[in-house]
Amino acid sequence: MTRVQFSVNGYSKAVEVDPDMPLLWVLRDTLGLTGTKFGCGKGICGACTLHLGGEAVRACQTPIKDVADKAVTTIEGLSKDGTHPVQKAWLEADVAQCGFCQPGQIMQAAWLLQQHPHPTDGDIDAGMAENICRCGTYQRIRCAIHRAAGDPCGTGKGV
Amino acid sequence: MGTRRDFVKHTACLSLAFTLPMEPRTRFGIVESDAPGSSFEPSAFLRIDADGAITIWANKSEMGQGIRTSMAMAVAEELEADWSKVHILQASTSPKFGDLGVTGGSQSTRGTFKPYRIVGATARELLISAAANEWQVDRAACRAELGFIVHGNRKKAFGDLVAAASKLEPPKNPPLKDPTDFRIIGTDVKRLDGPDLVSGRAQFGSDIRLPGMLYASVERCPVFGGKLKSVDDVAAKAVPGVKHVITISSGVAVLADNSWAALNGREALKLQWDEGPNADMDSAKIREQFKARLKTPGKVVRKEGQGMAALGPKRIEATYDCPFLAHATMEPMVGVADVKPGRCEIYAPSQGPGWSMAAIKQATGLGADQIEVHIPLLGGGFGRRSMPDFIIEAVQCSKVAGVPVMVQFSRPDDMRHDFYRPGTLHHLSASLADSGRPHAWHHRFTGPSIAASLGMSWPPEATELSGAADLSYEIPNLQVEWAQSDTPIPLGFWRAVPASFNPFVTECFLDELAHAAHKDPLVYRLTLLKQDEKRKVGRDELDPKRLRQVLELAAEKAGWQAWHLAKRAKGRGLGIAAHAYLECGSYVAQVAEVQVMPDGTIKVHRVVCAVDCGLAINPLNIRAQMEGGIIYGLSAALYGEITLEKGRVVQDTFATYPVVKMADSPKVEVHIVKSQLPPGGVGEPGLPPLAPAIANAIFNATGKRLRSLPLTPEKVLKA
Ligand code: FES
Ligand code: FES
Repeated sequence: MTRVQFSVNGYSKAVEVDPDMPLLWVLRDTLGLTGTKFGCGKGICGACTLHLGGEAVRACQTPIKDVADKAVTTIEGLSKDGTHPVQKAWLEADVAQCGFCQPGQIMQAAWLLQQHPHPTDGDIDAGMAENICRCGTYQRIRCAIHRAAGDPCGTGKGV
Repeated sequence: MGTRRDFVKHTACLSLAFTLPMEPRTRFGIVESDAPGSSFEPSAFLRIDADGAITIWANKSEMGQGIRTSMAMAVAEELEADWSKVHILQASTSPKFGDLGVTGGSQSTRGTFKPYRIVGATARELLISAAANEWQVDRAACRAELGFIVHGNRKKAFGDLVAAASKLEPPKNPPLKDPTDFRIIGTDVKRLDGPDLVSGRAQFGSDIRLPGMLYASVERCPVFGGKLKSVDDVAAKAVPGVKHVITISSGVAVLADNSWAALNGREALKLQWDEGPNADMDSAKIREQFKARLKTPGKVVRKEGQGMAALGPKRIEATYDCPFLAHATMEPMVGVADVKPGRCEIYAPSQGPGWSMAAIKQATGLGADQIEVHIPLLGGGFGRRSMPDFIIEAVQCSKVAGVPVMVQFSRPDDMRHDFYRPGTLHHLSASLADSGRPHAWHHRFTGPSIAASLGMSWPPEATELSGAADLSYEIPNLQVEWAQSDTPIPLGFWRAVPASFNPFVTECFLDELAHAAHKDPLVYRLTLLKQDEKRKVGRDELDPKRLRQVLELAAEKAGWQAWHLAKRAKGRGLGIAAHAYLECGSYVAQVAEVQVMPDGTIKVHRVVCAVDCGLAINPLNIRAQMEGGIIYGLSAALYGEITLEKGRVVQDTFATYPVVKMADSPKVEVHIVKSQLPPGGVGEPGLPPLAPAIANAIFNATGKRLRSLPLTPEKVLKA
């Protein structure tokens, strides 16, 4: 057991847990922040994507000891009231079906837009490559990312 | 309106709770009430508060198909509600909500659209009466409009009328709106759950947190049908955070105060299994079993004319096969149970709360009135969540531990302990008349039965025939036989059930016949759907015109004719397929454009989809469901295969059971046929035409006929 101090969505937190416990479970079980989802626990699906020190990472692959003194942003903290441009674009395109993958998709997309303020379809293919959606919302995700960038849905792919 | 009236009078709100008359619904040609332990008579609920807030209770589970929004639209339309005031909550198995049955078979809209409209209409009529009484005017001169009752230039908000309305007797047969007056139904309405889903607020099954709840991870026998021999849990119990190690019927559960400790504790278990009779089972043996079974006749499930006796000496023959599949919902299986003396609360993302009741009663020893199943959002369903296994495991753990317990499947648990889509093997023969039309068609196929695997009282073939026995084309001599060939692999309902494999076989074989007859595959199909009269196919009715229309629409929008006249780019192909999903009243045709690379890689560029699902309640959602069915179908068509080695499922994660991702997701265009016919289902019908459309496009691109799913580069190179 180790004491780890870090910040989540601007609030400072201290937990006393196994240093190898993934950030995913610290958030979900210890802190009760369930917006970040468990989809595989193996870094393959992207459901647990959040921002750590400004980078998009997989919470299931991030031991809590590596989070010490860092800043974490989860879907709950992306905006106060769901009005981040990516969230707004997501609602506009009515992206979600079951919605389970969407927190991870949104966090990944928000980070992608920081890297590429006007992403091409190729940038989206690469940036969103490892975020799985079993409901098949990819086309609407692509469209929503373009819209969040202030671009039209795109000519190649998208609605 | 139903016979039992349970009209809740409340001064602060208007509450309606009726037992509603249901449209008789069938599935696999069987009346649903034949299902064990369910009466399938749902209730619907509505409450209007004094502040004007409108709350609707959904009696079907939301797994992404958008049913909660459609239900709310049906109520709001008739009620003339202000859409911004509408909220939706989920009904539980509390007796006041009636039997929730099962959410599946693309039946929810069919079964609930009218009952929910009646709920809205009843409330509207009551509010009009309340206003008319108060104003002392003829109620015929009053109308509802956007959350108000209006008379001349007087108006009163719904919320101000609920106290009076709740004292009135609800009308027996409230008039329903003329569809030409719809202002919500038929428009693109965004999902009511959207804001919660994008903000992380939405609560899925795995997000349930109860005071004192423990997290459980269960080690199950890797071989189907095996038994536990011995447990050494010393190391597991030594893991910090582990509270209990419990032997349950499916295996050994490690309960801890967080998921990580439960997983580590489980890893530290030393278990010995008696692997039982299936320890040697593998996919090759199952394949041999199917091959042997196909040699002898099966049960004739449809016969027209002379059947197979009409097959001439010149035959076209082919063998097709389809693999077992896992569901791989995004949220792995999960369930929470809180069992106390005399009371059991379940929180489970279940498609089958009604279906699960019998098993819960048995596991708890309690009566239905002591059990309540609450249904959070489902992180995908696709049929998997109609099974009660994840609920029963949680019940067994909670019963022993005496606290609420969440059983959370890992991804490998989810993939290796599924209720799988059955694998099948098919043999087809046909002979053509001089005109090139099929004169005789014989289709014999074998595979295990879902109904038999689940121990249902239905005939074993009931779950296996759609897409084969209900072949829509006009063929004078037709014989379809199904040969049962059970395996130890647990089976369940998988999106579109048998229509996830049969249409692949029949729509590809029909394409083969078209090519043998030197006919365009679209024209060939249309000539086999010439008659206009509706005809009975099995227990359902086929309207050939509707199938023709979606074929023509998809072909037109995809530029079918121009494509086939133009000089084709090398490796590019266009394929078409259709399926009349008669059980849920929807017709879908798709055209796929593919590119086959020299190394065999298949790239799907575009899918054009035409759907006739009757009245289009929410076109935005219909498009989403078609897109979803296509992507789910594409994952299966290109990658999906569950195999067995030494009695164990080989695949464990998305690395070994790949699915479509962003870069390989095609452009999907959906075109909806305008219709005033009763609304049909849309959750499943988008899937069946996809795999055959792609295989037919691969043939068009390469001249290679792939008759085995999944359609892999290796098979392309070998063909
Ligand atoms: S849960 Fe972390 S990548 Fe799947
Ligand atoms: S919306 Fe269901 S998995 Fe993406």
